[in-house]
Amino acid sequence: MSAFDVQRVREDFPILRQEVRGRPLVYLDSAATAQKPQAVIDAIVRFYQHDNANVHRGVHVLSERATEAYEGARETVREFINARDAREIVFVRGTTEAINLVAQTYGRKNVGPGDEVLITHMEHHANIVPWRMLCEQTGATLRVIPVDDRGELVLDAVDALLTEKTRLLAVTHVSNALGTVNPVKELTRKAHAKGIPVLVDGAQSVTHFPVDVRELGCDFYAFSGHKMFGPTGIGVLYGRLERLESMPPYQGGGDMILSVTMEKITYNRVPHRFEAGTPNLEGAVGLAAAIRYLRSLGMDAIAEHDRALMAYGTQALESVPGLRLVGTAREKVGVLSFVLEDIHPHDVGTILDREGICIRTGHHCAQPVMQHFKVPATARASLALYNTREDVDALVRGLHKVREVFG
Amino acid sequence: MSSGSDDLKDLYQEVVLEHSKRPRNFRVVEGANREAAGHNPLCGDQLSVTLKMEGDIIRDIGFQGQGCAISRASASLMTGAVKDKSKAEAEALFELVHKLVTEGPESVDVEALGKMAVLSGVSEFPARVKCASLAWHTMRAALEGRDEAVSTE
Repeated sequence: MSAFDVQRVREDFPILRQEVRGRPLVYLDSAATAQKPQAVIDAIVRFYQHDNANVHRGVHVLSERATEAYEGARETVREFINARDAREIVFVRGTTEAINLVAQTYGRKNVGPGDEVLITHMEHHANIVPWRMLCEQTGATLRVIPVDDRGELVLDAVDALLTEKTRLLAVTHVSNALGTVNPVKELTRKAHAKGIPVLVDGAQSVTHFPVDVRELGCDFYAFSGHKMFGPTGIGVLYGRLERLESMPPYQGGGDMILSVTMEKITYNRVPHRFEAGTPNLEGAVGLAAAIRYLRSLGMDAIAEHDRALMAYGTQALESVPGLRLVGTAREKVGVLSFVLEDIHPHDVGTILDREGICIRTGHHCAQPVMQHFKVPATARASLALYNTREDVDALVRGLHKVREVFG
Repeated sequence: MSSGSDDLKDLYQEVVLEHSKRPRNFRVVEGANREAAGHNPLCGDQLSVTLKMEGDIIRDIGFQGQGCAISRASASLMTGAVKDKSKAEAEALFELVHKLVTEGPESVDVEALGKMAVLSGVSEFPARVKCASLAWHTMRAALEGRDEAVSTE
């Protein structure tokens, strides 16, 4: 028996045990949001049934328990990405908020007219728009690392783009539209050689392989709970302690202050300085449960399962007449993006849906990379630890059906 | 309730597929005096409509752009349906089509819809209503002389 038993894993996800449109559900849209194992659902229910109270301010037992659960979740996240210190873990709503936080605090403080922010052509909108906004606010310029026809970054262009004007490099670890895994360790090394900090968007990576922020060496790492089998509305900004401590506050309100008078405000220490208002307690508890679940399976075993399934899926899709994969990077994970002859992805998505197969169709909130490949949209099947070869086979059968409908 | 497969046949009727593959009036109208652009942010589809109005009558109409089978077929059928119609007649037809794709064939006088009735299957696919109505929203913007881009969101 293999170390990773996908059939047993599937039993942990109650949502997968259902029929839709009269057929067994085939869920291939985990890059949009992943399904939740029973352990995560139970953790949230347990928190509400036993421990719910506000954190950091109550003197009573429930508040103590809730604080312990919330701060315990921070420690669980720290371990998961191998951060040095739990103070380097800021809870936010998701990847998007994490990136906006860095843009509006670190960015507003350190970026000015004539400066440059460097991103890549394969970013999704959450790692484009906050930087575009920052540039508009400060008079800085947005520069872009190009992508080649495989969907890999043109690394030869990087050295010339990292200049004395560059104030930050923001790059995705894994492209949500192409599946490309970027060499972020190498990019960070290049940027740091010129004293430039690096933010890594990890929304699509943390579920597929082990992530070690110290090994990567990046300054910031952002990811979302809901894409890693945890709840929505919770996410993480990892920031190196010295970076976070040098940053002004983000939003104002309870818990981000030590004292307030009408004349003077003393801000709290990190990470609380960046966590205004009552935090998403059940979200943090659920996220910690998701991390424990991933660790119980083993990130290396998950990575191996993903690798094997990607190889199988790539080969299976290439057998479909008229299908063209969009994004054929040598290092790819989790995402099979494609177009089918001149059949629009939306039509592909609708017909697959009637077969009980959930995929994403559209531009995946990554319009610049769609423009690069000269397609308005793609059909995207995204894989997760609960997907099987049978799911891929069902997709291929569905695609033959699409071709039949369109004659 | 119909099965999934029957729904699909209703959605992708032959006329729909045929218009999608060979859309009519897929061109910029020569001497157009009205135009508008529309886009569907959900899927990135973009479409432009050009019109030649003589007084209150739509003498010529064309569309261009990219989209799914439903949006192309709807645009193609629309150009045929509103040509030589008055602005008021075109707008009334839009109301009918909108009711058809959102509420289903039972809710409208299908006779009055002519060929547009082949879009009746869309009502079983709420996610596709915007595809079917994009060209119509864009046409209406052109009629009203609005030059800002129309969005289905």
